[in-house]
Amino acid sequence: MFYYSIKRLLMLIPVLLGMTLIVFAIIHAIPGNPALTILGTKATPEAIHSLNRSLGLDNPWYVQYFSYLKDILSGNLGTSIQTHAPIASEIWPHLAATIELSFIAMIIAVFVGINAGIISAWKQNSFLDYTAMILALIGVSMPVFWLGLLEQWGFSIKLQWLPSIGRDDIRNGVDPITNLYLIDTLLRGRLDQFWMVIRHLILPAIALATIPTAIIARMTRSSMLEVLKSDYIRTAKAKGQRMVWIVYKYALKNAFIPILTVIGLQTGLLLGGAILTETIFGWPGVGLYIYNAIQYRDYPVIQSGILIIAFIFVMVNFIVDLLYGLFDPRIKYR
Amino acid sequence: MDETLLKVEGLQTSFFTDDGEVPAVDGIDFSVHEGEILGIVGESGCGKSVTSLSIMGLLPSPPGKIVGGHIYYKGEDISRAKESRMRKLRGNDIAMIFQEPMTSLNPVFTIGEQLMEAIRLHNHLSKKEQVERSIELLKLVGLPRAKELLAEYPHELSGGMRQRVMIAMAMSCNPKVLIADEPTTALDVTIQAQILDLMVKLNKETHTAIIMITHDLGVVAQMCHRVVVMYAGKIVEEGPVKEIFSHPNHPYTEGLIKSIPDLHGKKDNLYTIKGSVPRPGSIAKGCLFAPRCEFVMDKCRVNAPELSGSVHKSRCFLHQEQGRKEVHT
Repeated sequence: MFYYSIKRLLMLIPVLLGMTLIVFAIIHAIPGNPALTILGTKATPEAIHSLNRSLGLDNPWYVQYFSYLKDILSGNLGTSIQTHAPIASEIWPHLAATIELSFIAMIIAVFVGINAGIISAWKQNSFLDYTAMILALIGVSMPVFWLGLLEQWGFSIKLQWLPSIGRDDIRNGVDPITNLYLIDTLLRGRLDQFWMVIRHLILPAIALATIPTAIIARMTRSSMLEVLKSDYIRTAKAKGQRMVWIVYKYALKNAFIPILTVIGLQTGLLLGGAILTETIFGWPGVGLYIYNAIQYRDYPVIQSGILIIAFIFVMVNFIVDLLYGLFDPRIKYR
Repeated sequence: MDETLLKVEGLQTSFFTDDGEVPAVDGIDFSVHEGEILGIVGESGCGKSVTSLSIMGLLPSPPGKIVGGHIYYKGEDISRAKESRMRKLRGNDIAMIFQEPMTSLNPVFTIGEQLMEAIRLHNHLSKKEQVERSIELLKLVGLPRAKELLAEYPHELSGGMRQRVMIAMAMSCNPKVLIADEPTTALDVTIQAQILDLMVKLNKETHTAIIMITHDLGVVAQMCHRVVVMYAGKIVEEGPVKEIFSHPNHPYTEGLIKSIPDLHGKKDNLYTIKGSVPRPGSIAKGCLFAPRCEFVMDKCRVNAPELSGSVHKSRCFLHQEQGRKEVHT
């Protein structure tokens, strides 16, 4: 297992290199001259030339690529054109906001999705099964922006139960430490703010969780249906074991590999910035950050944002790969 | 063989499919006594496995359902018992081993976890005692390296070893009745013999009654005391093994015995019973075996014979009237 992890980690290097190359290529494929963008249309050719030189843009592409790579490895993601601030320090609060939201959304999705899937499989063809699967179908098909608006209209405007926008109240802002507000409020001992942060999380987390919940529920159902028919489930019954226990302990562990795959993919997607949800709920996450950067044609930010999202996606799947072995001893890591 | 442990009375089990009700077991009676090994033989599809699942209350339902008759365990009717009562009996009083050792153990839990669970379900033992009991059980079924085995997963074991683990698991709470549903069918011949020997040994040592479900008369001859021959959901013959092998009354039993390969025989072709088992419920009247019977008479096609006799029972007109040998000559 240890050697496998090391080997798998080494195998990430070419993947990550390829990823940086693609991101680099995309940015270079965009027409237009950065120097021209920075200096404006009235810049003299000399000024453009000297800026190109100081930015290193007169070098051949591979030299540019390696200096780009060197920058990334030293933690330098460049400077935002819009704010002139270093991206590396600017992006973290946004990333933290997305991580917090995705984490809560995934907890909801895993909990609701797995349970709905299990009950559907256990009580196959019952009213419960049909209800759960119709809801799952609606869940996958419902556009997130519409669901988000519906939630805001219902729970924020009509019922006035929950806030509709942002991570915290403007007049009662969280003083950040890690930028993960749930942790920060606890670190500062502000339970009232902790509760406020949770209230802000509920609506966007539910909107964000719908699709993963539905996908996880359907995957759990089909995987469980297969497992529940197997001989070892009959053996467990013949021992006199309770059905609840059989389903949740015996069957679920066997059915978990495909569910884990889906959870991994969905987590990667959510962390990659749920642009729609973040825009609707004014959630200052990476999605919104990149969305704004695109509006301002802030290429360094777009480039770094894509790079970080791709990096997170690769890492989540790496972790999922390692987890497989935890659930199924037959998966041998050589 | 004093006390009757298990008594099946007029058991009828049907499967309700899209094509209507299919009676898989159609009114069977038999009993199992303490310390006895009872064989249930018959071709595939004759209702042997359905009978055992009915006893265990493990019929896949829907579509399977007990529609008539009773199953008494120590005088208690368990055919309509509550699920909670059945859970107490399963594993503790009546245990079962299955045909497929390769797939009957849970692949993602260790042998130890699965064995100890079986022990824990019906006994209050400390963790240490559970481990000790598991090791004891694995030794009882003749598995070497018992202690290391506890930490191993089923895929690391051979088929024969897995079946031994299954037997150890079934024996974990000293059941009164052990139902073995074709326990050796999936194993190769040498391992088959070992597993059968093991079961006979356990029967002698622990006095657990065994219901041996098989299609192999050789297995019956080797280990059973009494045998029940099933055909198309009904019992056609029942009696002590020696008696049945020396004087089979029913033409079907006779056919089964004749079709056992004989090492000393000079025949080139093995005897076969022509035709195949009718689909349950497809023969409306007369003897179910009539279409395949060599000795079929006119009335066999009209009336169905009853199971008759005291110790050695059979369901055939040949015997109820003149006795078999006269017809032969």
